[in-house]
Amino acid sequence: MKGESRRDFLKKAARWSVLALLGGVAFRMAGKPGAGRRSGMVWQIDPAKCIQCGRCETSCVRTPSAVKCVHSYDICGFCNLCGGYHQPGAKDTGTGAENQLCPTDAIRRRFVEEPYFQYDIVEDLCIGCAKCVKGCAAFGNGSLFLQVRHDRCWNCNECSIARVCPSGAISRVPSGRPYRLRGQG
Amino acid sequence: MKRYLVILLVIAGLAAVGLAGDPPARFPRPDFESGYAPPATQCPAPRPGILLWVDVGVLAGSMGLASWLVLKRRSRGGLIGLLLFCLAYFGFYRKGCVCPVGSLQNMALALSDLGYAVPWAVVALFVLPLVFALFCGRVFCAAVCPLGAIQDVVIRRPVLVPAWLAGLLSFLPVYLLGSSVLLAAGGAGFMICAHDPFVGFFRLGASVPMLVAGGLMLAAGVWVARPYCRFFCAYGVILGWLSRLSARHARITPDSCVACRLCERACPFDCIRAPTPVADPEERGVTRRRFRWMIAALPMIVAAGVWFGLVLAPLLAGQHPVVRLANRLAREERGMVSGLTLESEAFRMSGQSLAEVKVHADAMREWFRRGAMIFGGFLGLVFALRMIGLSRVRSRTEYTIDTAACFSCGRCFSCCPVDKAWREGRNTSELKV
Repeated sequence: MKGESRRDFLKKAARWSVLALLGGVAFRMAGKPGAGRRSGMVWQIDPAKCIQCGRCETSCVRTPSAVKCVHSYDICGFCNLCGGYHQPGAKDTGTGAENQLCPTDAIRRRFVEEPYFQYDIVEDLCIGCAKCVKGCAAFGNGSLFLQVRHDRCWNCNECSIARVCPSGAISRVPSGRPYRLRGQG
Repeated sequence: MKRYLVILLVIAGLAAVGLAGDPPARFPRPDFESGYAPPATQCPAPRPGILLWVDVGVLAGSMGLASWLVLKRRSRGGLIGLLLFCLAYFGFYRKGCVCPVGSLQNMALALSDLGYAVPWAVVALFVLPLVFALFCGRVFCAAVCPLGAIQDVVIRRPVLVPAWLAGLLSFLPVYLLGSSVLLAAGGAGFMICAHDPFVGFFRLGASVPMLVAGGLMLAAGVWVARPYCRFFCAYGVILGWLSRLSARHARITPDSCVACRLCERACPFDCIRAPTPVADPEERGVTRRRFRWMIAALPMIVAAGVWFGLVLAPLLAGQHPVVRLANRLAREERGMVSGLTLESEAFRMSGQSLAEVKVHADAMREWFRRGAMIFGGFLGLVFALRMIGLSRVRSRTEYTIDTAACFSCGRCFSCCPVDKAWREGRNTSELKV
């Protein structure tokens, strides 16, 4: 009988010390900057580190990928011949499929005034392959870049693209500032 | 209109100056004469962080309900209902992320990486099931965890895994706990999430190996009940330890056991321990001597574990992206491989020096060497304590539950004749053998 009560006492003591330990860990976590009541973390691509390898298209748990091309109009040159829109060897600046870089016709081009054009991304068609991003970086201002679109992203605990990103361009950012846009400070 | 344009231009100019990382504008923004203003870039907002508290609320509520169903109502039917709800909510609606099982790694990363903060809600997801385990047993496993739920619904013809095999296999989750904590803390990725076999079903799509692994696991689960929970789940190891300390725990019988043996085969997870024979087959002296030997062997087993950790260290460090890159670069430099991988190409484009990567990789290798020693020592300690536990003879007069392994699923309740009497409101104290 005495043994039983001693065992119960030890169990109780262990229980409350584990509870205190858990409380201590939680308290330490809560004290970190960025771990607030309202805060969450989401995944985002740093366009400055992205090398347009194409894995965003294939490694996302969603098909098509939650990564899309995003256009910062503020730093676009509005060119007639666009490095992100046209094939490198395009014969003319027309909108024919043979001239286009985008495999899914996800970039639409609209006349603004001579000789300028506005380029828009149709996100429902974009697969995040980064071909246009590569073209724009090579022959353009870099106004096209990849971003995780948060209306499509499931916010996995570990992003399966981040796991294979060769340049470590994908990291967690606070959900209050969920984008890393080019040309917007 | 002109003033508007000037302002726009000034803003664009300032932005261009402020962005050192962006490539220089090869084609300056044109002066539009038609008064055209380009649209703003649309950025859909993520699910607000505060909504994570809804998940925390559902988790806490479900576990509270599960505790009540297990401890007070003793209702397997109620637990099945709750299990289906949690499978739908945490599995198919929330796509299995973020879950308490995976949050273990977020906690490990946050403890080692000062710059990484875990949101409070995720801390709550990690801590709540453990607190419930301390007071009510593994009610999280019973009906709340979507990974457990999806396996629980496929159990059809459970077979008993031989005790020696189950005992050996039960070290696998301890190994996975240690290694996943080490890898997450070292920044080498979240192994539990990467090898989660069931999340593909929740998302209705996954890679082929993932679907095959999940399908095999579920197919095996028809006979071997809850194989992932018993032989793979790292979080379950902690839950098991804490459940052993639980203040209240699911019991086979609502009153006292009549040793009728009817519950003997009720548990598909083999968590029911039969009473020990009245006549102890072994002499007390033999038991005591073996127990002493085991205690004396403990430091040796821990030392062997540390050695095992040292052997394992290069493998674990090799999971880290920087170490992997450094290994690849070294082979490229020596001409052992031809061509570039995407990783080494990215490195060459980044303008980093080879020495920098080497220094970083060496630091990571050293970190993993120390970490692996602790990990190995931990494995040895768990092994030694398990051996000591085995050599201890305990007398039982009733059919009891192994509180560390029991998922509180409630399958044994209806096997007990005392339970039947209790349910019908009869006097259970009359039922004595």
